[in-house]
Amino acid sequence: MSPSAFAPGDDEPLIRWDWIERNLGDDIAEAFQEHLILSFTPILLGLAIALPLGIACARWRRLYPVVLAATSVLYAVPAIALFVVLVAFTGLTYSTVIYPLALYTLSVLVPGVVDGLRSVPDHVRQSADAMGFGPLRRLVQVELPLAIPVVMAGLRVATVSNISLVSVGSLIGIGGLGELFTTGLQRDFPTPIIVGIALIIALALVSDVLLLLVQRLLTPWERGRVSRRPERAAAEAVTVAGGER
Amino acid sequence: MNAIWSALEWFTFSQQWRGPDGIPSRVVEHVWYSLLGFVITVLIALPAGLVLGHVRRGRLAGLTGFLVTSSANAARALPTLGLLILAVILTSAGDLVPILIPLVVLAVPPVLVNAYAGVQQVEPGLRDAAEGMGMRGRQVLLRVELPVAMPLILLGMRTAMIQIISTATIAAYVGLGGLGRYIVDGYARQDYDSMAGGAILVIALAVVTQFAFAGASRLTVSPGVRAR
Repeated sequence: MSPSAFAPGDDEPLIRWDWIERNLGDDIAEAFQEHLILSFTPILLGLAIALPLGIACARWRRLYPVVLAATSVLYAVPAIALFVVLVAFTGLTYSTVIYPLALYTLSVLVPGVVDGLRSVPDHVRQSADAMGFGPLRRLVQVELPLAIPVVMAGLRVATVSNISLVSVGSLIGIGGLGELFTTGLQRDFPTPIIVGIALIIALALVSDVLLLLVQRLLTPWERGRVSRRPERAAAEAVTVAGGER
Repeated sequence: MNAIWSALEWFTFSQQWRGPDGIPSRVVEHVWYSLLGFVITVLIALPAGLVLGHVRRGRLAGLTGFLVTSSANAARALPTLGLLILAVILTSAGDLVPILIPLVVLAVPPVLVNAYAGVQQVEPGLRDAAEGMGMRGRQVLLRVELPVAMPLILLGMRTAMIQIISTATIAAYVGLGGLGRYIVDGYARQDYDSMAGGAILVIALAVVTQFAFAGASRLTVSPGVRAR
């Protein structure tokens, strides 16, 4: 980015639209693209590990407390600290940001997978057995689909917090839209910061809605049911409390 | 892996343990800012959550629930660093105030939502019994609903505290003291040992906080609630 001869004065507007126009094509678009890669790769990675790990935890009861303790301690570690420690292993690359965020995603998803699988009523399992389903077919066709709503709730939380956490990476130079924040501070110029915040919130919102739509598509049997009581929803929002580090 | 060893060596130099940039004074600074933010957050969010959870009648109750729950989701989407930088650029106040505002804004929702949900989820039968014993609204809240909601309230507080500790780390970028200084200054000097040392200290502080809350829950959650 070229340094601009800019000094904030009292008559200076909060947002300089001309700056946005000038930078939209390259800098902002580039940062946005980087942000997409940095926030969605960990989601896919976390999901790919959380499913088998969750299935294993639901099957072997002894494993679950260990995994749960590890993930809850891990979840409490600030992202910036994990980014810095990882630099020693990955150098300054996308992986530096992607691995920690994948770990956070995993921490949110594993309990969701386990609770989802355990929430399948016993008589449903017995019906599947009675219909001649083998254990694998029962898992894929009966148990996992029934666990989708709980897993999706966790996925939505992880996605939204990943999208905002990526920007912390800009402290070590890999932060997608977060680069707009550091630019704004270096030049004492609010426009890029406001643009960055707005784009991050918009991206989080759109992703959340898209995931909700995917969930509706995947669980046709849930449609038309009366939605759960609001306090239940609140409780679920709470159990996956967490957020930005 | 060598990088980690040399970062651990960073802890052994005696100059790390002296003066205003020494480890003890940075730890004290970090804990002080975090506690300050935490106390302000709890003073705002806990009474609000308890009262909103307690009031269940009226047309507004449903709307309140929706608003409280969405505040938690909205807070997750807000980028901390952006808010911090914006607050610092737009205010001309002293150093601490513009930093404390985003710190508290982001930490309020977890405490608020958990207190609200904790009180909401108290079984109606329990409340009826308390009223039957002649308790008034305030007594029901303080003697029945609060103890039953305690585990969730503590979870919310723990989430908020962890978040405050990490936000305070990031706030070093806009000039706050504390452990984040090692990371931010180290990055500016290309001194990886200092960055990793700071990161290890932050991780240690977060883990200690986790254990502190585990201890607090043993002390404050009544045995009757724990057994359920």
